[in-house]
Amino acid sequence: MDDLLREFLTETGEHLDTVDVELVRFEQDPNNETILRNIFRLVHTIKGTCGFLGLPRLEALAHAAETLMGKFRDGHPVTTDAVSLILQTLDRIKEIVAELERTAAEPEGEDQDLIGALDAMSNADPETLLASRSDGAQAPSRASVEAAPEMASEAAAAASSDAAAVAETDDAPAAGGFVFQQLERDLLPGEIPLDELERAFMEAPGPDDEEGVLEEIEAPVVMEGRVLGEPDEAPVAAEVAEAPAAAAAPVADDSPAESKPAPAAKKPEAKDNPGNAGAEQNVAKVQTIRVNVDTLEHLMTMVSELVLTRNQLLEIARREDDSGYKVPLQRLSHVTAELQEGVMKTRMQPIGTAWQKLPRVIRDLSSELGKKIELVMQGADTELDRQVLEVIKDPLTHMIRNSADHGIEDAEARRAAGKPERGTIRLNAYHEGGTITIEIADDGKGLNYDAISRKIVSQGLATEAEIERMSEAQMAKYIFHPGFSTANQVTAVSGRGVGMDVVKTNIELIGGTVEIRSEQGKGTVFTIKIPLTLAIVAALIVSAQDQRFAIPQVSVLELVRVKNGSDHQIERINGTPVLRLRDRLLPIVPIGKVLGLDGAEANPGDEGFVVVSQVGRQRFGILVDGVFHTEEIVVKPMATKLRHIPMFSGNTILGDGAVVLIIDPNGIAKMVGQGTGDNQFGVEAADEMEESNDNESTTLLVFRGGGETHKAVPLSLVTRLEEIDAAKIEWVGGRPLIQYRGKLMPLVPADPAIAIKSEGPQALVVFSDGERAMGLVVDEIVDIIDDVLDIELVADRPDLLGSAVLRGRATEIVNVVHYLPLAHEDWTSGAPVKNPKDARTVLLVDDSSFFREMLSPVLKAAGYRVITAAGTEQALAALNADRRVDAIVADVDMPGRDGFALIRAVRAQARLSRLPVIALSSAVTPEAIEEARKLDISEFIAKFDRSGLVAALAETEAQLGEAA
Amino acid sequence: MMAANVNDAGRDGRAVQEYEEFVTVMLGDQMFGLPIDRVHDVFIASSLTTVPLAPREIMGLLNLRGRVVTAMCLRRRLGLPDRDEGAQDMAVGLERNGESYGLLVDSVGEVMKLSTETHEASPVHMDQAWVKLSRGVHRLDGRLLIILDVDAVLAFDAESRAA
Repeated sequence: MDDLLREFLTETGEHLDTVDVELVRFEQDPNNETILRNIFRLVHTIKGTCGFLGLPRLEALAHAAETLMGKFRDGHPVTTDAVSLILQTLDRIKEIVAELERTAAEPEGEDQDLIGALDAMSNADPETLLASRSDGAQAPSRASVEAAPEMASEAAAAASSDAAAVAETDDAPAAGGFVFQQLERDLLPGEIPLDELERAFMEAPGPDDEEGVLEEIEAPVVMEGRVLGEPDEAPVAAEVAEAPAAAAAPVADDSPAESKPAPAAKKPEAKDNPGNAGAEQNVAKVQTIRVNVDTLEHLMTMVSELVLTRNQLLEIARREDDSGYKVPLQRLSHVTAELQEGVMKTRMQPIGTAWQKLPRVIRDLSSELGKKIELVMQGADTELDRQVLEVIKDPLTHMIRNSADHGIEDAEARRAAGKPERGTIRLNAYHEGGTITIEIADDGKGLNYDAISRKIVSQGLATEAEIERMSEAQMAKYIFHPGFSTANQVTAVSGRGVGMDVVKTNIELIGGTVEIRSEQGKGTVFTIKIPLTLAIVAALIVSAQDQRFAIPQVSVLELVRVKNGSDHQIERINGTPVLRLRDRLLPIVPIGKVLGLDGAEANPGDEGFVVVSQVGRQRFGILVDGVFHTEEIVVKPMATKLRHIPMFSGNTILGDGAVVLIIDPNGIAKMVGQGTGDNQFGVEAADEMEESNDNESTTLLVFRGGGETHKAVPLSLVTRLEEIDAAKIEWVGGRPLIQYRGKLMPLVPADPAIAIKSEGPQALVVFSDGERAMGLVVDEIVDIIDDVLDIELVADRPDLLGSAVLRGRATEIVNVVHYLPLAHEDWTSGAPVKNPKDARTVLLVDDSSFFREMLSPVLKAAGYRVITAAGTEQALAALNADRRVDAIVADVDMPGRDGFALIRAVRAQARLSRLPVIALSSAVTPEAIEEARKLDISEFIAKFDRSGLVAALAETEAQLGEAA
Repeated sequence: MMAANVNDAGRDGRAVQEYEEFVTVMLGDQMFGLPIDRVHDVFIASSLTTVPLAPREIMGLLNLRGRVVTAMCLRRRLGLPDRDEGAQDMAVGLERNGESYGLLVDSVGEVMKLSTETHEASPVHMDQAWVKLSRGVHRLDGRLLIILDVDAVLAFDAESRAA
């Protein structure tokens, strides 16, 4: 493509964008001579260049559009239809230009449809056009005026309405083509009549009258941020800027007939475009210069290389301790950082450029949807990186369209709701720390949570029970789900359900976040936060299977060393590795395994380091083998052929020249339970539960047992919920049992009124405790709920703790302790079942293996660790070998060195002198008792007295406790 | 960059001879030619960073004077078996769509300037896959030089091949 054509394309592209914006402004402000002149001139230029370059299609289109605009200049009414037609023509021109760019030739085709329409409109009689103008559209007529002091100007209306809230009267234009203009409605209190405004405006001194300085005109009303169409480049801007600069007073040197632009409307523009002073004014121009984007990119690359090289030098300096390098290196580092910052700035552009097209979008949407929508933009000059700007352009457009389509109601609905007829969509951008925040707020009808929850269930994304526990904010997040749309009809604008998830993905791709807040009936706010710069980040260098990777520092919350046997140890739940970190369970992703690195399988490795990371609300840990240091790296995008791998977000060259892949925590998070989308909610529910635990709410299992009243038991006590076949219930000794997981489990009815079925399904609530289990027979399991447990009435029934109001219903709270002994007598009586670690050790000495076999289980059941010995020798050996014996239970009837002898030997050892000893004997004689007393034997128990033995052991514990 | 086609007009007005220049590379015994205007570099492929989960043909990433270059194995691309371990690959630097690639080959031969007269269509018995990746062959003494189509070689749908 030759340079001429290239230049043409660039310039024309810019012109077209400008004309677009200007047309929309013009439509709202048709008396604005200056805007019209600009548009006219731009179109004329386009036409001229097209002719010069031999582009007939474009020339013809531009010519037709120019003709129509000429008519406007001559006083033709500016109807919405006309403007739409011109906009359509512009679109067509853009299409052709795009094709031209691609193929360096105009595409084949005819534009007779548009040209015909344009010509028809140009040739039409102004009167007929006026009469047939579209309903509801404002069609202010252009006032071609004479230089008379009293001109009607447009209303710079009250703050909430548009400047175009005017209509022409039926007064026929005076000879000079005058049209008086009037407000269509009554003045609101505080508003000033048009004529007075006009007079004030005329009387205010203009820039002509004073040297150079742009006056701030004291108009009583202010228009909020009108769109800034102008790009930064001065040349084009300076020309267009004639308009705002001429705000003050008619520029007399031009045509004798000048109409007045809307006074206040110009004020903010003049304010916001300080650099865009008219050529006629002596206002200092902001020096700008047009630079090829490629040049900037090149600069950026070079600076990145410089950063890398600096890193390399730093690396070397780190290794060698040569102080000679340190100082200049520091200086270099400093300079590089500044250069980096400076170049980054060149890539900064005001977000207004992304917003350029939006007024047009809203305008089109308004007419398409038949709604009245106003777009307010604040913070258009907030700057952000060019790359980021590119990425968010489309998402922003989509969200605006969404708000217009789904958010803002039609005029009738709004009136009924007591809202102003015109809906407002507000865009607000501002800097906050290292991020830029963009808000898109509408005052529409907000999210319909009912519809959303129904859609969630129908799409199977969550169960009804889960939804009940969700907050509105959590439900709102579902609209970012792929394929999710609660729109009943899919309009051309939105509703296909493909938009919002793409929006979220795109924003997250650049490290940003999207949030929603919505109040039904009031409106919705989307908040987008994006990091300011992309290219250079701090990263943690880690290794897995001897390969190094980089993890962006922003995603690293914590680093935990994990080792078997240490405080932080990887545990497995159903084979999935997790790490318990401060009472939270973190899912662990072993990076070696996930990436399929060689050797990762063979070495499952539960040792290494866990990088704790968080994506959205999903927390997880990445298990790596080693951690090196943090380094500032230049992020280079992944090659196109590798971009599809979700695990990596790019690559970089480290200080030592090695190419290292940058891990994308988003990609890893997806491995943790089928996508962050889903797990987000899981974790959030957990977070919610954590929060609610602060309010001391408990999870309870609610069931019916005996009648219609609900009963509940804390879920934490429940082991399992089962439904068994009642036919399997066996009756032993008059008590119902069932074989359950290889053991016999007794069944206890939750209420005496419950009849245990003999066939059919029977619901059970299983409580278990170590070896013992019990099945509580219930009629029906109702629900699992979270509520604050506030036991109000304390019943005097042993099987109930009392009653509480759960979910608005009186529920009896079951006293589980009552039921347990009904299952197993010794469940709660006797020695409590202890944690095996804390179990005391009993040395059981008895020559009879039968007795040893009989007594061991009893002692074990009582929670003791049992060591057995067949005789005195074994016993002594055991005592010496195992220092943890807490008590001895000895048969004193043993032959040979009888038990007494053993005990004597035991007592002889100093450390064992206080060891509790319980003697077992089948016959207790007075001599024996005497002997026992001498030997400080705690108790004499008959051999068959099992419960007595257990009780005695418990007593010795207590005694020791007291003694200690 | 020399033009691919060099007009060599005969002094005595006979027919104009056109030439094409190629960088030749070897995969085992088979010689391939790459149009010289597409070849930016020839270098030894050292310290390759493997990319986990990458398509088979992509061996990894290389650092070439500060640029990250995607290393693609020509053997795998053509469906040939890998070489034995330990052999050092050479890489030919190519570019496509603004991205840099290093095509890994067994060795790099000389630059050949060949007349278009010996340029023929691919033989009928050649593997269809190879036909798609080449732009014909040159008849040389006793051997065929397969001319590779750089764009075709470097273009494959990465996602559909992803492991």
